[in-house]
Amino acid sequence: MSAPAITMDVRRIGTEVAIVDIKGEVTSACEPVLMSAYEAASDGSTKRLVLNFVGLEYMNSGGIGMLVTLLVRANRQHQQLAAYGLSAHYREIFELTRLDEAITIYDNEESALNGVAR
Amino acid sequence: MTETAGPDRVRSAEQIGLSAREAAAAPPPHGDRDAAGNGSPRNAASWAKKVDRLEVDPREGVRGTNVAGRRLTGPVQGFGKMWQKTYRMKAGSQIEPEQAITTWKEHFPEFWPKGNRFAGALTGINPGDVALLDLAIGGGVKLSTGVFVLYADAESFTLMTPQGHMFAGWITFSAEREGDETVVQALVLMRANDPLYEVGMTFGGHRKEDKFWVATLTALGERLGIQDPVVATKTTCVDTKRQWRHANNIWHNSMIRSVLQTIAAPVTGLARRFRHDKGTTKSAA
Repeated sequence: MSAPAITMDVRRIGTEVAIVDIKGEVTSACEPVLMSAYEAASDGSTKRLVLNFVGLEYMNSGGIGMLVTLLVRANRQHQQLAAYGLSAHYREIFELTRLDEAITIYDNEESALNGVAR
Repeated sequence: MTETAGPDRVRSAEQIGLSAREAAAAPPPHGDRDAAGNGSPRNAASWAKKVDRLEVDPREGVRGTNVAGRRLTGPVQGFGKMWQKTYRMKAGSQIEPEQAITTWKEHFPEFWPKGNRFAGALTGINPGDVALLDLAIGGGVKLSTGVFVLYADAESFTLMTPQGHMFAGWITFSAEREGDETVVQALVLMRANDPLYEVGMTFGGHRKEDKFWVATLTALGERLGIQDPVVATKTTCVDTKRQWRHANNIWHNSMIRSVLQTIAAPVTGLARRFRHDKGTTKSAA
């Protein structure tokens, strides 16, 4: 499998919220990158994890499956998952697969932070 | 071969994804999107359009109940433990992945074990199609449910289940080249849809499902001309937790409803005939 064309940088907002900036192509090939980002974002105090998809260029069904994996891990740690920056197409895929019921989708970072902080 | 891993071993995305083949495929160039990042990726046409509730047309040979008006259910909406099951068959070097998937899509119902019916669209398996199923559950009762084609391309297709189905989840059928030979695979990511199904899956349901898909892949293998096809099964528990907040999914349970529909069939048949006769009399008058 070729090296994933993706970067995932973690930003901390306060002590309880972490944002993962996803840039590139989300396929199963980037699973190690996402899980590393999750480990970095998920220290003992993190209660909310926000996925920033503004830089998303492509996501296939392997990527969707990977998010289910992430969701199981986050649930195990009693963490909330949220997302923002999805294009209309990928928002529709989230809705179709009903992932949006477990990963709350917001339009932008501000609303995501306000939403999860509520 | 069967392997069961503990819940702490969350599987990699490659293993858990909807389509191993698609997951491994190289992404399209970025030119699919405009400067603002809008537009659709190249595989947009392979995904079904969003639906809130399923709509179906009557199909010959199946009862066709318990599907219309139902919502789709993924692993997030299910009740039971989350399982990933992989059924793999080596198809040899002569068969290309596209050939295996084309055959599978075109003849999908023919590979199902005896006693089970799959009534899909006449045009085959395309994104957004709804297929109606009658599944043999014993005692002369057929469980009527359906599946939705979530994704379909030349090398894979994914089915998603509706409310009331035995499980909430996805099944991806794919074929890919591994070294010199093609490997055909069915990958199931699922939770039992409600507590009754969870009990059923625990006490024989999983074994029955394994036999079902092994038989299906074997039939596909024989159609592809493989001598003595061998199917390897791998089962992993991804999440041991049950989602009790979804216990009320039992309201939609298609098995209970199918039993009731079977019992009530003579009465509903008479009522339908009465309505038809009444309408005919009115027309004649």
